[in-house]
Amino acid sequence: MALSKVQLSEATGRRNLVINGAMTVWQRATAATQAVNTYSTADRWRMDGSTGTDGAFTTERSTDNPFGTGYSMKAQVTTADTSLGAGQYARIYQYIEAQNLQHLLYGTSSAKTLTLSFWVKSSKTGTYSILLRKVNSTPYHFIHNYTISSANTWEKKVITITPTAGSTSFITASAGSIVNSNATGLELAFNLAHGSQYGIGTSNTWSSNTNTYGLNGQVNWMDSTSNNLYLTEVQLEVGSATDFEHRSYAEELAACRRYYIRLASNSTYDCYADGFLWTATNSMVFINFPQQMRAEPTLGHNGSFTVRTSGSDAAVSGIVVNRAFNDTMQMYVTHASKTEGKGCQLGNNNDADAYLEYIAEL
Amino acid sequence: MNITNAKYHAQDGDKTKQNVSVICTIDGAKMSVPLDPNNMHYAEILKQVDAGTLTIADAD
Repeated sequence: MALSKVQLSEATGRRNLVINGAMTVWQRATAATQAVNTYSTADRWRMDGSTGTDGAFTTERSTDNPFGTGYSMKAQVTTADTSLGAGQYARIYQYIEAQNLQHLLYGTSSAKTLTLSFWVKSSKTGTYSILLRKVNSTPYHFIHNYTISSANTWEKKVITITPTAGSTSFITASAGSIVNSNATGLELAFNLAHGSQYGIGTSNTWSSNTNTYGLNGQVNWMDSTSNNLYLTEVQLEVGSATDFEHRSYAEELAACRRYYIRLASNSTYDCYADGFLWTATNSMVFINFPQQMRAEPTLGHNGSFTVRTSGSDAAVSGIVVNRAFNDTMQMYVTHASKTEGKGCQLGNNNDADAYLEYIAEL
Repeated sequence: MNITNAKYHAQDGDKTKQNVSVICTIDGAKMSVPLDPNNMHYAEILKQVDAGTLTIADAD
Protein backbone atom coordinates (compact mmCIF):
# COMPACT_ATOMS: atom_id res chain seq x y z
CA MET A 1 0.00 0.00 0.00
CA ALA A 2 1.46 3.37 -0.97
CA LEU A 3 1.85 6.00 1.70
CA SER A 4 -0.22 9.09 1.10
CA LYS A 5 1.28 12.57 1.04
CA VAL A 6 -0.45 13.32 4.35
CA GLN A 7 1.07 10.25 5.98
CA LEU A 8 4.54 11.19 4.81
CA SER A 9 4.37 14.87 5.73
CA GLU A 10 2.44 14.93 8.97
CA ALA A 11 1.78 11.48 10.30
CA THR A 12 5.31 10.39 11.08
CA GLY A 13 6.60 10.60 14.62
CA ARG A 14 4.42 11.55 17.56
CA ARG A 15 1.52 13.65 16.31
CA ASN A 16 -0.72 14.28 19.29
CA LEU A 17 0.36 17.28 21.37
CA VAL A 18 -2.16 16.31 24.05
CA ILE A 19 -1.11 13.80 26.72
CA ASN A 20 -3.68 11.25 27.91
CA GLY A 21 -6.11 12.25 25.16
CA ALA A 22 -7.79 8.83 25.32
CA MET A 23 -8.24 9.12 29.10
CA THR A 24 -6.27 5.95 29.78
CA VAL A 25 -4.17 7.09 32.79
CA TRP A 26 -5.81 7.93 36.12
CA GLN A 27 -3.15 7.91 38.84
CA ARG A 28 -5.11 10.08 41.31
CA ALA A 29 -8.67 8.74 41.19
CA THR A 30 -11.13 7.06 38.86
CA ALA A 31 -14.32 7.64 40.89
CA ALA A 32 -16.38 10.82 40.81
CA THR A 33 -14.32 13.64 42.30
CA GLN A 34 -15.22 17.29 42.76
CA ALA A 35 -13.66 19.67 40.22
CA VAL A 36 -11.87 22.37 42.22
CA ASN A 37 -9.45 24.15 39.88
CA THR A 38 -6.79 21.53 40.17
CA TYR A 39 -5.78 18.10 38.93
CA SER A 40 -8.09 15.57 40.54
CA THR A 41 -8.86 12.58 38.29
CA ALA A 42 -7.53 11.88 34.76
CA ASP A 43 -3.82 12.64 34.46
CA ARG A 44 -2.86 15.95 32.83
CA TRP A 45 -6.48 17.19 32.79
CA ARG A 46 -7.38 20.04 35.08
CA MET A 47 -10.97 20.97 35.97
CA ASP A 48 -12.49 24.15 37.21
CA GLY A 49 -16.07 24.20 38.39
CA SER A 50 -16.92 24.82 42.01
CA THR A 51 -14.36 27.59 42.40
CA GLY A 52 -15.49 29.25 39.19
CA THR A 53 -19.26 29.11 39.64
CA ASP A 54 -21.87 28.82 42.38
CA GLY A 55 -22.44 25.27 41.16
CA ALA A 56 -20.23 22.21 41.09
CA PHE A 57 -19.39 19.24 38.90
CA THR A 58 -17.48 16.01 39.26
CA THR A 59 -15.30 14.09 36.82
CA GLU A 60 -14.73 10.34 36.70
CA ARG A 61 -13.52 7.52 34.48
CA SER A 62 -16.21 5.99 32.30
CA THR A 63 -16.29 2.97 30.03
CA ASP A 64 -18.88 4.78 27.89
CA ASN A 65 -17.08 5.62 24.65
CA PRO A 66 -17.72 5.58 20.90
CA PHE A 67 -15.78 2.39 20.24
CA GLY A 68 -17.03 -0.18 22.74
CA THR A 69 -13.67 -0.40 24.49
CA GLY A 70 -11.44 2.02 26.36
CA TYR A 71 -12.37 5.01 28.48
CA SER A 72 -13.79 8.49 28.43
CA MET A 73 -13.94 11.26 31.02
CA LYS A 74 -17.44 11.84 32.34
CA ALA A 75 -18.31 15.22 33.81
CA GLN A 76 -21.52 15.49 35.81
CA VAL A 77 -23.14 18.60 37.27
CA THR A 78 -23.79 17.98 40.98
CA THR A 79 -24.87 21.49 41.99
CA ALA A 80 -26.58 23.62 39.36
CA ASP A 81 -25.91 27.29 38.67
CA THR A 82 -28.77 28.59 36.52
CA SER A 83 -27.61 32.19 36.55
CA LEU A 84 -23.89 32.64 36.04
CA GLY A 85 -22.24 35.72 37.45
CA ALA A 86 -20.23 37.85 35.03
CA GLY A 87 -16.88 36.45 36.13
CA GLN A 88 -17.93 32.82 36.53
CA TYR A 89 -16.91 29.84 34.42
CA ALA A 90 -16.57 26.07 34.28
CA ARG A 91 -14.15 24.16 32.07
CA ILE A 92 -11.86 21.18 31.54
CA TYR A 93 -8.38 22.00 30.30
CA GLN A 94 -4.80 20.88 29.73
CA TYR A 95 -1.54 22.83 29.77
CA ILE A 96 1.01 21.82 27.13
CA GLU A 97 4.73 22.25 27.83
CA ALA A 98 6.39 24.93 25.70
CA GLN A 99 9.40 22.90 24.57
CA ASN A 100 7.03 20.37 22.98
CA LEU A 101 5.57 23.10 20.76
CA GLN A 102 8.60 24.59 19.04
CA HIS A 103 7.82 22.83 15.73
CA LEU A 104 4.63 24.89 15.47
CA LEU A 105 6.92 27.77 14.42
CA TYR A 106 4.66 30.26 16.18
CA GLY A 107 6.12 33.73 16.04
CA THR A 108 7.18 33.31 12.41
CA SER A 109 5.51 33.71 9.04
CA SER A 110 5.76 29.90 8.72
CA ALA A 111 3.53 29.24 11.75
CA LYS A 112 1.67 25.94 11.34
CA THR A 113 -2.03 25.28 11.12
CA LEU A 114 -3.27 22.97 13.88
CA THR A 115 -6.24 20.63 13.97
CA LEU A 116 -8.13 19.68 17.10
CA SER A 117 -10.29 16.56 17.00
CA PHE A 118 -12.25 14.90 19.77
CA TRP A 119 -15.28 12.77 20.56
CA VAL A 120 -17.93 14.31 22.78
CA LYS A 121 -21.35 13.36 24.11
CA SER A 122 -23.67 15.32 26.35
CA SER A 123 -27.21 15.26 27.64
CA LYS A 124 -27.35 19.00 26.89
CA THR A 125 -27.36 20.02 23.24
CA GLY A 126 -26.33 23.42 21.90
CA THR A 127 -23.31 25.53 21.10
CA TYR A 128 -20.12 24.91 23.05
CA SER A 129 -16.61 26.24 22.57
CA ILE A 130 -12.94 25.43 22.92
CA LEU A 131 -10.12 27.78 23.85
CA LEU A 132 -6.51 27.55 22.68
CA ARG A 133 -4.49 30.05 24.67
CA LYS A 134 -0.88 30.88 24.00
CA VAL A 135 0.26 31.36 27.55
CA ASN A 136 3.88 32.43 27.67
CA SER A 137 5.41 35.68 26.36
CA THR A 138 2.55 37.71 24.84
CA PRO A 139 -0.76 35.87 25.46
CA TYR A 140 -3.21 35.32 22.60
CA HIS A 141 -6.56 33.54 22.85
CA PHE A 142 -8.25 31.51 20.10
CA ILE A 143 -11.93 30.57 20.44
CA HIS A 144 -13.89 28.18 18.24
CA ASN A 145 -17.45 26.94 18.56
CA TYR A 146 -18.84 23.47 18.03
CA THR A 147 -22.36 22.13 18.28
CA ILE A 148 -23.63 19.12 20.16
CA SER A 149 -26.53 18.28 17.88
CA SER A 150 -28.10 15.21 19.47
CA ALA A 151 -28.47 14.56 23.17
CA ASN A 152 -26.70 11.51 24.60
CA THR A 153 -25.05 10.65 21.26
CA TRP A 154 -21.32 10.43 20.57
CA GLU A 155 -20.21 12.99 17.97
CA LYS A 156 -16.73 13.57 16.52
CA LYS A 157 -15.70 17.20 16.19
CA VAL A 158 -12.85 18.55 14.07
CA ILE A 159 -11.66 22.15 14.42
CA THR A 160 -9.01 23.85 12.30
CA ILE A 161 -6.84 26.44 14.02
CA THR A 162 -5.01 28.58 11.49
CA PRO A 163 -2.35 30.97 12.81
CA THR A 164 -3.96 33.89 10.98
CA ALA A 165 -7.61 33.28 11.92
CA GLY A 166 -9.20 36.67 12.55
CA SER A 167 -5.86 38.40 12.61
CA THR A 168 -2.67 38.29 10.58
CA SER A 169 -0.67 40.15 13.19
CA PHE A 170 -0.67 37.91 16.27
CA ILE A 171 0.68 34.37 15.89
CA THR A 172 2.79 35.00 12.78
CA ALA A 173 4.52 38.04 14.28
CA SER A 174 7.42 37.78 16.73
CA ALA A 175 5.11 38.29 19.71
CA GLY A 176 3.38 35.06 18.70
CA SER A 177 6.40 32.96 19.64
CA ILE A 178 6.35 30.31 22.33
CA VAL A 179 9.42 30.66 24.52
CA ASN A 180 11.38 27.39 24.47
CA SER A 181 11.28 26.20 28.06
CA ASN A 182 9.68 23.73 30.46
CA ALA A 183 6.93 26.25 31.28
CA THR A 184 3.42 26.29 29.84
CA GLY A 185 3.24 27.05 26.12
CA LEU A 186 -0.41 26.45 25.26
CA GLU A 187 -3.60 25.84 27.17
CA LEU A 188 -6.35 23.77 25.53
CA ALA A 189 -9.73 24.16 27.22
CA PHE A 190 -13.17 22.66 26.74
CA ASN A 191 -15.58 25.30 27.94
CA LEU A 192 -18.69 24.26 29.84
CA ALA A 193 -20.00 27.66 30.92
CA HIS A 194 -18.92 31.29 30.95
CA GLY A 195 -20.32 34.50 32.40
CA SER A 196 -20.37 37.73 30.44
CA GLN A 197 -16.90 38.86 31.52
CA TYR A 198 -15.11 35.92 29.89
CA GLY A 199 -17.67 34.71 27.34
CA ILE A 200 -16.79 37.39 24.83
CA GLY A 201 -14.97 35.48 22.09
CA THR A 202 -15.82 35.27 18.39
CA SER A 203 -15.54 31.86 16.80
CA ASN A 204 -12.46 31.09 14.71
CA THR A 205 -10.62 34.19 15.86
CA TRP A 206 -7.39 34.93 17.70
CA SER A 207 -7.67 37.75 20.20
CA SER A 208 -5.25 39.76 22.29
CA ASN A 209 -8.00 40.48 24.83
CA THR A 210 -6.90 38.41 27.82
CA ASN A 211 -10.49 38.13 29.08
CA THR A 212 -11.38 36.03 26.03
CA TYR A 213 -11.82 32.60 27.56
CA GLY A 214 -15.17 31.58 26.08
CA LEU A 215 -17.56 32.07 23.21
CA ASN A 216 -20.23 34.72 23.27
CA GLY A 217 -23.35 32.54 23.14
CA GLN A 218 -21.96 29.36 24.69
CA VAL A 219 -24.52 27.18 26.51
CA ASN A 220 -24.59 27.18 30.28
CA TRP A 221 -23.87 23.50 30.88
CA MET A 222 -23.97 24.13 34.63
CA ASP A 223 -27.69 24.94 34.65
CA SER A 224 -29.02 21.51 35.70
CA THR A 225 -27.89 18.50 37.72
CA SER A 226 -29.20 16.41 34.83
CA ASN A 227 -26.34 17.62 32.64
CA ASN A 228 -23.39 15.40 31.86
CA LEU A 229 -20.63 15.46 29.25
CA TYR A 230 -18.27 12.74 28.06
CA LEU A 231 -14.96 13.41 26.32
CA THR A 232 -12.33 11.15 24.75
CA GLU A 233 -9.75 10.81 21.96
CA VAL A 234 -8.68 14.43 22.18
CA GLN A 235 -6.00 15.13 19.61
CA LEU A 236 -4.24 18.39 18.76
CA GLU A 237 -1.87 18.02 15.83
CA VAL A 238 0.00 19.95 13.18
CA GLY A 239 -1.69 19.95 9.79
CA SER A 240 -4.89 18.20 8.84
CA ALA A 241 -6.82 15.77 11.02
CA THR A 242 -5.57 12.21 11.08
CA ASP A 243 -6.81 9.15 12.93
CA PHE A 244 -6.29 9.25 16.67
CA GLU A 245 -2.73 8.35 17.63
CA HIS A 246 -3.01 5.34 19.91
CA ARG A 247 -0.12 5.02 22.31
CA SER A 248 0.56 2.05 24.56
CA TYR A 249 -0.41 2.42 28.22
CA ALA A 250 3.29 2.36 29.13
CA GLU A 251 4.04 5.28 26.80
CA GLU A 252 1.12 7.33 28.05
CA LEU A 253 1.94 6.61 31.70
CA ALA A 254 5.55 7.65 31.19
CA ALA A 255 4.42 10.91 29.56
CA CYS A 256 2.05 11.61 32.46
CA ARG A 257 4.74 10.84 35.02
CA ARG A 258 6.81 13.77 33.82
CA TYR A 259 4.18 15.84 35.66
CA TYR A 260 2.82 13.58 38.41
CA ILE A 261 3.85 10.34 40.08
CA ARG A 262 1.82 8.53 42.69
CA LEU A 263 3.36 5.64 44.60
CA ALA A 264 0.31 3.83 45.88
CA SER A 265 0.33 0.75 48.04
CA ASN A 266 -1.43 -2.44 47.06
CA SER A 267 -1.35 -4.03 50.49
CA THR A 268 -1.41 -2.87 54.11
CA TYR A 269 2.37 -3.10 54.54
CA ASP A 270 4.39 -2.03 51.49
CA CYS A 271 7.77 -0.39 51.06
CA TYR A 272 8.43 2.85 49.14
CA ALA A 273 12.05 3.84 49.75
CA ASP A 274 15.27 2.80 51.48
CA GLY A 275 17.60 4.85 53.64
CA PHE A 276 19.27 5.12 57.01
CA LEU A 277 18.72 6.69 60.41
CA TRP A 278 20.59 10.00 60.37
CA THR A 279 19.64 10.53 64.01
CA ALA A 280 17.53 8.47 66.40
CA THR A 281 14.37 10.25 65.28
CA ASN A 282 15.19 11.32 61.70
CA SER A 283 15.87 9.14 58.70
CA MET A 284 16.98 10.05 55.21
CA VAL A 285 15.35 7.88 52.53
CA PHE A 286 15.89 8.06 48.80
CA ILE A 287 13.75 7.56 45.74
CA ASN A 288 14.67 7.52 42.05
CA PHE A 289 11.73 8.60 39.94
CA PRO A 290 10.64 6.25 37.13
CA GLN A 291 10.55 9.28 34.82
CA GLN A 292 12.50 12.53 34.82
CA MET A 293 10.03 15.11 36.08
CA ARG A 294 9.41 18.53 34.57
CA ALA A 295 10.62 20.37 37.67
CA GLU A 296 11.76 19.54 41.18
CA PRO A 297 8.49 18.06 42.42
CA THR A 298 6.35 18.87 45.42
CA LEU A 299 6.12 15.94 47.86
CA GLY A 300 2.70 15.00 49.22
CA HIS A 301 1.71 12.05 51.34
CA ASN A 302 -1.51 10.62 52.65
CA GLY A 303 -2.15 7.89 55.21
CA SER A 304 -0.17 6.14 57.91
CA PHE A 305 3.55 5.41 57.50
CA THR A 306 6.28 3.65 59.39
CA VAL A 307 10.07 3.34 59.29
CA ARG A 308 11.23 -0.27 59.51
CA THR A 309 14.61 -0.90 61.09
CA SER A 310 16.29 -3.66 63.10
CA GLY A 311 13.23 -5.86 63.03
CA SER A 312 10.73 -3.33 64.36
CA ASP A 313 8.71 -0.31 63.28
CA ALA A 314 8.83 3.35 64.24
CA ALA A 315 5.69 5.39 63.65
CA VAL A 316 6.24 8.30 61.23
CA SER A 317 5.10 11.82 62.13
CA GLY A 318 6.48 13.76 59.14
CA ILE A 319 7.91 13.34 55.63
CA VAL A 320 9.47 16.37 53.93
CA VAL A 321 11.83 17.22 51.07
CA ASN A 322 15.44 17.32 52.24
CA ARG A 323 16.92 17.56 48.73
CA ALA A 324 15.10 17.49 45.40
CA PHE A 325 16.16 16.99 41.82
CA ASN A 326 14.11 16.29 38.69
CA ASP A 327 15.27 12.66 38.76
CA THR A 328 15.54 11.83 42.44
CA MET A 329 14.62 13.00 45.92
CA GLN A 330 16.02 12.68 49.39
CA MET A 331 13.15 12.65 51.90
CA TYR A 332 13.57 13.53 55.55
CA VAL A 333 11.40 11.36 57.78
CA THR A 334 10.63 12.13 61.42
CA HIS A 335 9.67 9.14 63.55
CA ALA A 336 9.74 7.48 66.98
CA SER A 337 13.19 6.84 68.42
CA LYS A 338 15.33 3.99 67.03
CA THR A 339 19.05 3.22 66.79
CA GLU A 340 20.99 5.89 64.88
CA GLY A 341 23.03 4.72 61.90
CA LYS A 342 20.93 1.66 61.07
CA GLY A 343 19.47 1.03 57.62
CA CYS A 344 15.72 1.47 57.21
CA GLN A 345 12.75 1.36 54.88
CA LEU A 346 9.85 3.79 54.61
CA GLY A 347 6.57 1.91 54.28
CA ASN A 348 2.87 2.19 54.90
CA ASN A 349 1.61 1.21 58.32
CA ASN A 350 -1.42 -1.08 58.10
CA ASP A 351 -2.96 1.33 55.60
CA ALA A 352 -3.67 0.03 52.09
CA ASP A 353 -4.80 3.51 50.98
CA ALA A 354 -1.54 5.27 51.91
CA TYR A 355 0.44 6.91 49.11
CA LEU A 356 3.29 9.23 48.32
CA GLU A 357 2.90 11.70 45.46
CA TYR A 358 5.33 13.85 43.51
CA ILE A 359 3.88 16.84 41.69
CA ALA A 360 5.59 18.78 38.88
CA GLU A 361 2.44 19.87 37.03
CA LEU A 362 2.21 22.96 34.89
CA MET B 1 -4.64 28.03 45.72
CA ASN B 2 -5.09 28.25 49.48
CA ILE B 3 -1.69 28.03 51.18
CA THR B 4 -1.34 28.14 54.96
CA ASN B 5 1.09 27.15 57.75
CA ALA B 6 4.17 27.77 55.59
CA LYS B 7 7.54 27.08 57.17
CA TYR B 8 11.01 26.56 55.71
CA HIS B 9 12.84 23.26 56.11
CA ALA B 10 16.64 23.53 56.27
CA GLN B 11 18.56 20.67 54.75
CA ASP B 12 19.79 18.32 57.45
CA GLY B 13 23.09 16.69 56.55
CA ASP B 14 24.31 19.92 54.95
CA LYS B 15 26.75 21.83 57.20
CA THR B 16 25.47 25.16 55.92
CA LYS B 17 21.86 24.23 56.79
CA GLN B 18 20.40 25.99 53.77
CA ASN B 19 16.65 26.23 53.29
CA VAL B 20 15.64 23.58 50.76
CA SER B 21 11.86 23.34 50.95
CA VAL B 22 8.70 24.92 52.32
CA ILE B 23 6.43 22.76 54.45
CA CYS B 24 2.86 24.00 54.10
CA THR B 25 -0.79 23.10 53.72
CA ILE B 26 -2.11 23.53 50.18
CA ASP B 27 -5.88 23.30 49.68
CA GLY B 28 -6.09 21.23 52.85
CA ALA B 29 -3.27 18.81 52.05
CA LYS B 30 0.13 18.87 53.77
CA MET B 31 2.87 19.35 51.18
CA SER B 32 6.62 19.83 51.04
CA VAL B 33 7.64 22.18 48.24
CA PRO B 34 11.23 22.47 46.94
CA LEU B 35 12.56 25.95 46.22
CA ASP B 36 12.37 25.58 42.43
CA PRO B 37 10.75 28.53 40.63
CA ASN B 38 9.58 26.05 37.95
CA ASN B 39 7.55 24.21 40.58
CA MET B 40 3.92 25.41 40.30
CA HIS B 41 3.44 25.41 44.08
CA TYR B 42 6.64 27.34 44.80
CA ALA B 43 5.77 29.85 42.07
CA GLU B 44 2.42 30.40 43.79
CA ILE B 45 4.09 30.68 47.20
CA LEU B 46 6.40 33.38 45.84
CA LYS B 47 3.41 35.19 44.34
CA GLN B 48 1.50 35.15 47.61
CA VAL B 49 4.56 36.24 49.60
CA ASP B 50 5.09 39.13 47.17
CA ALA B 51 1.42 40.08 47.55
CA GLY B 52 1.80 40.09 51.31
CA THR B 53 -0.85 37.42 51.82
CA LEU B 54 1.55 34.68 52.95
CA THR B 55 4.54 34.62 55.26
CA ILE B 56 6.98 31.74 55.66
CA ALA B 57 8.22 30.94 59.15
CA ASP B 58 11.91 30.26 59.71
CA ALA B 59 13.18 26.69 59.82
CA ASP B 60 13.71 25.02 63.18
